[in-house]
Amino acid sequence: MIGITSFGAYIPIYRLSRDLIAKAWERSSLKGERSVANNDEDTLTMAVEAGSDSLKGLDRKMIDGIFFATTNAPYKEKLSAGLAATVLDLRSDVFTADFTNSLRSGTAALRAALDSVKAGSAGRILVTAADARLGYPRSDQEQLFGDGAAAFVIGGDKIIAAVEHSISINKEIVDVWRNDDDRFVRVGEGRFILNEGYMAAMKDVISALLKKSGLKASDFSKLVIPSPDQRSSMAVAKKLGFNADQQLQDNLHSNVGNCGAAHPLLLLVAALETAKPGDLILVASYGDGADAFVLRVTEEIAGNKGRLGLKGHLESKMTLSSYQKFLSFRNIVEPVAGEPFRLFPSNSAYWREQKSILRCYVSKCRQCGQTEFPIQRICSKCRSKDDYEEIRYSDRKGKVFTFTRDQLAGRSDDPVVVQTVFETEDGTRFYLMMTDCNPEKVEVGFPVEFTFRRIYEGANFHNYFWKCRPVRNGGSYHG
Amino acid sequence: MGSIKDKVAIIGMGCSVFGERWSLGAGDLAIESAYEAFKDAGVGPEDIEACYVGQMYAPVNGIGGSTIADSLKLSNIPIIRNENWCTAGHMALIEAALAVASGAYDVVMAIGVEKLKDTGYAGLGTGRGMNPVYEARRTAPGSFGLIATSYFKQYGLSMEEGKKTIGKIAVKNHRNGSMCPKAHFRNTVTLDQVLSAPIIAYPLGLFDCCGNSDGSACAIVTRADTAKKFRDDPIYIKGFGISMDAVLPHTRPGFGWTSFEALKRSSGKAYEMAGIKNPREEIDIAEVHDCFSITELAIYEDFGFSPRGGAKEDIDSGFFELEGGLPVNTDGGLKCFGHPVGASGLRMTYEVYKQLQYKADKPERQIKNVHRGLSHTFGGPPQLSAVAVFGNERG
Repeated sequence: MIGITSFGAYIPIYRLSRDLIAKAWERSSLKGERSVANNDEDTLTMAVEAGSDSLKGLDRKMIDGIFFATTNAPYKEKLSAGLAATVLDLRSDVFTADFTNSLRSGTAALRAALDSVKAGSAGRILVTAADARLGYPRSDQEQLFGDGAAAFVIGGDKIIAAVEHSISINKEIVDVWRNDDDRFVRVGEGRFILNEGYMAAMKDVISALLKKSGLKASDFSKLVIPSPDQRSSMAVAKKLGFNADQQLQDNLHSNVGNCGAAHPLLLLVAALETAKPGDLILVASYGDGADAFVLRVTEEIAGNKGRLGLKGHLESKMTLSSYQKFLSFRNIVEPVAGEPFRLFPSNSAYWREQKSILRCYVSKCRQCGQTEFPIQRICSKCRSKDDYEEIRYSDRKGKVFTFTRDQLAGRSDDPVVVQTVFETEDGTRFYLMMTDCNPEKVEVGFPVEFTFRRIYEGANFHNYFWKCRPVRNGGSYHG
Repeated sequence: MGSIKDKVAIIGMGCSVFGERWSLGAGDLAIESAYEAFKDAGVGPEDIEACYVGQMYAPVNGIGGSTIADSLKLSNIPIIRNENWCTAGHMALIEAALAVASGAYDVVMAIGVEKLKDTGYAGLGTGRGMNPVYEARRTAPGSFGLIATSYFKQYGLSMEEGKKTIGKIAVKNHRNGSMCPKAHFRNTVTLDQVLSAPIIAYPLGLFDCCGNSDGSACAIVTRADTAKKFRDDPIYIKGFGISMDAVLPHTRPGFGWTSFEALKRSSGKAYEMAGIKNPREEIDIAEVHDCFSITELAIYEDFGFSPRGGAKEDIDSGFFELEGGLPVNTDGGLKCFGHPVGASGLRMTYEVYKQLQYKADKPERQIKNVHRGLSHTFGGPPQLSAVAVFGNERG
């Protein structure tokens, strides 16, 4: 038996009311709100967040492979899964692969992981999927899309949802696409793409899966399918004999939006969060054809605790105050750094120090116990030389020791940088910028945690590093 | 550790006008301070045997000793530049003094120059952390704001009390600077103005931060035993202390952010060499590193001018005012001169030198009964401090 052994999710802290987008363009609102990645987030950082959520309580060294799926990878040529593997502190002999360019890449990665484990080439694979697609300004897609990520650990033991069947179909059609130099998603004529694209493929793949599995619509507790708009998933459900009100997983239109390649996986996380042992779930994705799976929930579902998941991330949020900020946070209009960056990184130094920069390791002196970040070869307390352990701190929590709200360093669209001295519970100090916060609410003693973010494009590559943020623990967000 | 107490004397000093000197380059600023120093010492460029330069920014301000060699035409002598952050001017002076004390040279120039206005910086030290990854967005006000937040918290000052306390330092320095013809900012400010100014890096407001200026200052030093051949009133170097602390305070476990080892060590070493037991009583004038008002407050305590946690009481009582028990930053400090990094240590020393000679540019700001003066710069995250103590008589 192969299946999902753990899941996690990530929704950025910011939500934008669709009414604000509509008002800016003097058009109708699609109602509700969409998630918006912060200006220091991209699909890689969101995948790291979801991956990290799914790995809580697990031994990261047991992961044999990592897949990253998106339609918006930070690099056109360079592996994102490998970067995510490093940041998540996985072993160096993990199998890494990116699945891109299709709304089906999330489920493609899922299918590939299932097949790898089934074939015995890997014991456990971490599947991450994240997306942050841009709709043309004023388009429906601008309102419909959301930003987010999901992650699953696929394996053969302690399975919380066994994948019993999977099926795929291919249908060539130019309906939703971006050319190689496009930023915004293009869509074809509405009736054509809906009927001959999404509706046709969903009908075919789900019918084929039911036939293959010998199951009928009423056997399922949940039908998990993304929707290109607010309603079409409902039409699919009805047409195939499902009870849309009771069986169809809410498509997250009202509070997140469609998260592209990550969306089917995110919806599956939502379904698993309320699933009971024995439940049957049908998951399908769409994009130039379709993938579909049958999952059976096991008794182990009760063990997937301690994760923020989709629910926890939905509960903690901040409101993005304007459409203009959305435009700027997503680089549709160009912000400038409050003061130019004057120190440029080097590829070699960034590579050399990746244990601290990417993996967030601290040195701990074997003689006196002093902990320091970044890793120090000579202990600043007792001067022991090259006598230290290296310990990962990326999932530790702590508090603000001291801080300032710096008005000079920030971007034009986000002008205040909260420079923070972050002290972890064991007294280790980190000097980090704080993100996802309301600067006016920060005070000494404020609880914070690490988050991996994209800082800037120094030396012409994406410079990622850690920041801190108010602890995101569901319900009450102190940001 | 040895001592150079009373072995080296300053026989001439010069200081440019500080400010936005758009029409002058780094070399022109150097000429302005060096030629005042030549005249003051009664020597010429041909008498200089070696030159130590404090200059932070390269390459916009020249590389190596080129700014000085090219402008002053100090050809074919050793010219050694240091870029030791904000202490670069002091480093140049101390290196020059050590060179003379070693016996290698008799007449040596120390010069600091910085043409900040060619670097495009709108404010002091913005956007120049020391590591492109770990400190990508570090700024000087941000670094020092951390001290204020922590100090107010640890000493139980409300934000209002804390802001008022450091605000009084800004008011004092502006009052002093208003009387100083070479200062960049020569306006007085009220406490209300200080408190209502825009925030730069909370809790520091505009008037808690020093300006961004061009400037240069220069000293010519020689052996103390022959100094009176040059002038009747040479100023003697009594002691110095330099401390470069290891590990950024940002990442040091347990660090309190209210007191700095580099400040304590550098002042302690300088006092020891100078034979000073009670700095609060024995120092008559001090020019200290007021890059931010909170920095000056931390210095009061780390230098032993005020007891630990007692700076507020001394500030409130006017102890550091021009007429107080220990006048600090009598020329207006960095607050009014701005901080052309490499020049500041020598500019501060220029003020102490003139005060010790009873030759302050305006009689109304001349300190009475002045025997011991101190100048000091503090740089980095902060991590590096340099102190020099001077006297107007030997022994």
